[in-house]
Formats: sequence, structure tokens, C-alpha cells
Amino acid sequence: MNTLFASVPLSFFSDLGQQFYDDFILKDRYQYIIRGLGNTVLLTLVAVVIGVVLGTVVALVRITHQNNPKKLRVLNGICGLYLTVIRGTPVVVQLMIMVYLILSSGETLLVAMLAFGINSGAYVAEVIRSGIQSVDRGQIEAGRSLGLSNRTTMIKIVFPQALKNVAPAIFNEFIALLKETSIAGYVGVQDLTKGGDIIRSITYDAFLPLFLIAGIYLVLVILLTSCLSGLERRLRKSDKR
Amino acid sequence: MISVKNLEKTFHTEGGDILVLKGINQEIQKGEKVVVVGPSGSGKSTFLRCLNLLEMPTGGEVWFEGRQINAPNCNVDQLRRKMGMVFQHFNLFPHLTVQQNITLAPITLKLKTQKEADEKAIQLLNRIGLADKAQAYPAQLSGGQKQRIAIVRALAMEPDVMLFDEPTSALDPEMVGEVLQVMKELAKEGMTMVVVTHEMNFAREVATRILFMDDGQVLEEAKPAEFFDNPKNPRLRDFLSKVL
Repeated sequence: MNTLFASVPLSFFSDLGQQFYDDFILKDRYQYIIRGLGNTVLLTLVAVVIGVVLGTVVALVRITHQNNPKKLRVLNGICGLYLTVIRGTPVVVQLMIMVYLILSSGETLLVAMLAFGINSGAYVAEVIRSGIQSVDRGQIEAGRSLGLSNRTTMIKIVFPQALKNVAPAIFNEFIALLKETSIAGYVGVQDLTKGGDIIRSITYDAFLPLFLIAGIYLVLVILLTSCLSGLERRLRKSDKR
Repeated sequence: MISVKNLEKTFHTEGGDILVLKGINQEIQKGEKVVVVGPSGSGKSTFLRCLNLLEMPTGGEVWFEGRQINAPNCNVDQLRRKMGMVFQHFNLFPHLTVQQNITLAPITLKLKTQKEADEKAIQLLNRIGLADKAQAYPAQLSGGQKQRIAIVRALAMEPDVMLFDEPTSALDPEMVGEVLQVMKELAKEGMTMVVVTHEMNFAREVATRILFMDDGQVLEEAKPAEFFDNPKNPRLRDFLSKVL
């Protein structure tokens, strides 16, 4: 015990109040956390929207091509390349390539949104594709046999069932994305993690800022998870016997 | 009403091409109840599915109400409105209530207003004694109930012909009767029907003509009495000796 805490000065706990004051109150330093939180949430939300739109388009291209190999051959090839490259390289590398090479003159936060959105889209695409393919073929046949067009059958019959199948997986992707954005500080985006880090660099106290931001991430994830279970309960309405 | 000329269907698989239908010629008149029987793999379901193009024929012609439906310029969706289909596995839409299952197509295709479609749905449900299930979801129903609802879902489109693809094969034995009962009533009302089934008693009772298919061909066709009491084709005799 003694050796374990040897490096912690006795005054540590008694100084906690003073440290809290230095870390967050003095010179309005809590603003780093607030602004960081705002950026993290904004970054995640925009990336999610880009990811879902991009993922849906890619999934539709790949399914259309799979059902009829003559259609969209070039587009399907591009989508395949996109999935392979994005899923085969680390997101932090993608982020740096976007910020330092491809869109180096742009606003960093906007570029980061784009980078995370493009990254997320690749994962969402595969989730949506598997969701659409999990719907029984008989459902499409039933829709078509009633005289509904292929498009209407997809919109009215296949998508609602696919959505129900993939909602948990997509939501998990959002949660993962929220945590993943913590690397945005790497390219200078002042997100939540970076906010805590800035305070640490000013006050030389790592303890309170790190645990505070960890706590904030945890609360956000718990909130999202409870949203997810609410959503699942609503989607299960038609399963009750 | 339906005219099939030298219909052929080949499935292209990795193991090579499989010729499932080897030239079928049929004329189905308005009001006829044609029952198709035969061993598994004989092509009877494929034949039925070629009639509304769920399978695209690879040869021959299919005509419906004076139009060739497997021609490139034919609007398939338009023609399917007039051909109801009932599947072996019901294929009700699990995310919709029973009533929504029935009204989805008429409303989406703007054939009826919401109100008209709802009234028609209730009327159809009353007819099969399931009006109390209008707001239930398919998962809450028995197999027999699901299949009866699948039948009225097709009827809600007011089709000119009904195609049945082994409608009782996936049912518990005790539920077969209630589905056949609905089909018999439909037959009595004069609906043109093409039924693929293993229910020989239904065939004997309802059919105006029975086709025996094996190996992608129609080997024998006859009225029920002739078909069961005086089968000519040796393959049919063998088949009947096993199933009767």
C-alpha cells in the first residue's frame, strides 16, 4: 500500500477542492469542456448523417448489382474499393490524410466531420446491406404479385422490416462513432477530449480533467443506449403474440 | 383467358443448366379451376410462377387477357393486379396489421381510397370469419388464419384469376380444412383458379380439369373422374397408387 501511493503526496486529497477550482473555475476553464462537448456532439451527429446517407446509397448500389450483375457494374466496383480501403485502414490515418493532404486548406472541424462520415458510411453500408438481405425473398414476391412495383415493394415492405433488423447495429455504430471522435484532437479539432487535455497542459493536473471527460462520454453513451432500447421496444410491436 | 405456348424454363446454376419446363401448352378458360399435381421437382410450381412472371420464361409465350405478358414491352405490374397469388408460406407482411396487409396494395396503387379499402377489408374478413383479427399482427395468428388472410389479401385487388402455390403444404393437418373451405367457396363463386396442390380430395371435388406434371411436361390432363378412375399414363398410375 505504502509503495503504491508513494508517489501521491499526502496533500492530494486535501487539495482536491483547490485543484477543481484551478482546473475548471479559474479563468472560466470549464468553457474548454463545454465547447469541446459541443464540438464532439456536433461532429458525431453530422458524421452519423453523412454515414447513414452514404451507407444507404452504397448498400443499394451493391444490392442492385447483386440482383442483376449487368446493372451498375462500374459504380459497384467503386463502392467495393471504398469499402475495402476505408475498412482496411485506421480511422486516425484517414483523418490525417483528409486534414493534411486532401482538404488541407479547409476548416478542420468540417473536414473531420467529412472524414468520420466517410469512415462510418463504410460500416453502415454493410450493416444496411445485410439488413435488406435478411428480409425473406417471399416478402418481395408477395409485394410484386399484388402489382406493386419493385421500388414500392422496397419502400413499403422491405425497408421497414430491414430497418427493424438493423436498428440495434446502426445505433451501436453511432455509439462507437461518438467514442471514436475522441481522436479528432489529433488534427487540432477542439473536441471534448482535447478540451480536457488543454486544461491538463495549463494546470498540470491530469486526474480531474480526464475523469470528468470519461464521465461525460459514459453519460452520453448511457443516454444513447437507453434511446436504443426504447426504439427496439417500439419496433418489436408487431412481434408480440 | 390464359394461354401458354411451348413454355420453357431453364435455370442457370453453377452445376450447369437445368431444364425445368420442357415445352408446355395450355389454354385456361375463364371460370375454369385447373389443379396441377405431380411429384416434387416436376416443375408445377415453376409453371405457376411463370404465369405471373415471378419466374421469367426462357422460351415460349404466355398470354393473359389478349396480351403477351413475357414480351419486353408488357407492363408486368399492371397485369399482376389482375392475377392474385397465394404462396405456400403465406408471405404476409409481418410489420403490418392484418387490415393493413389487405389494404396496402389497393391504396398504394390508388385503386381505392383509405375508406373504401378499409370497408372492403372488413367485408372480406367477415367472409372468412376473422373480422376480430383486423388489428392483429400476423405473428399472432395460426397458420390457417394466416393463409386465409393471404387469400383475401389477393382478393382485395379484385383479380380475374387466382394462382395457388401449394397453399396447404406448410399447414398443420388440422388447419388444412379451413383453408380449403375458403378456396371451395371461391371456386363456387366462379373465380378462375390455377391450383398447385397435393390435396387429391380437393382436386377431385373442385377441379374442372387436372394436369399431371412430371419432369417438366404435362403428361396427362383430364376431368377429375377420368383422371382418378381411368388414368392412362403409366407414370400417373404409379403416382396415384402412392398418394391415394
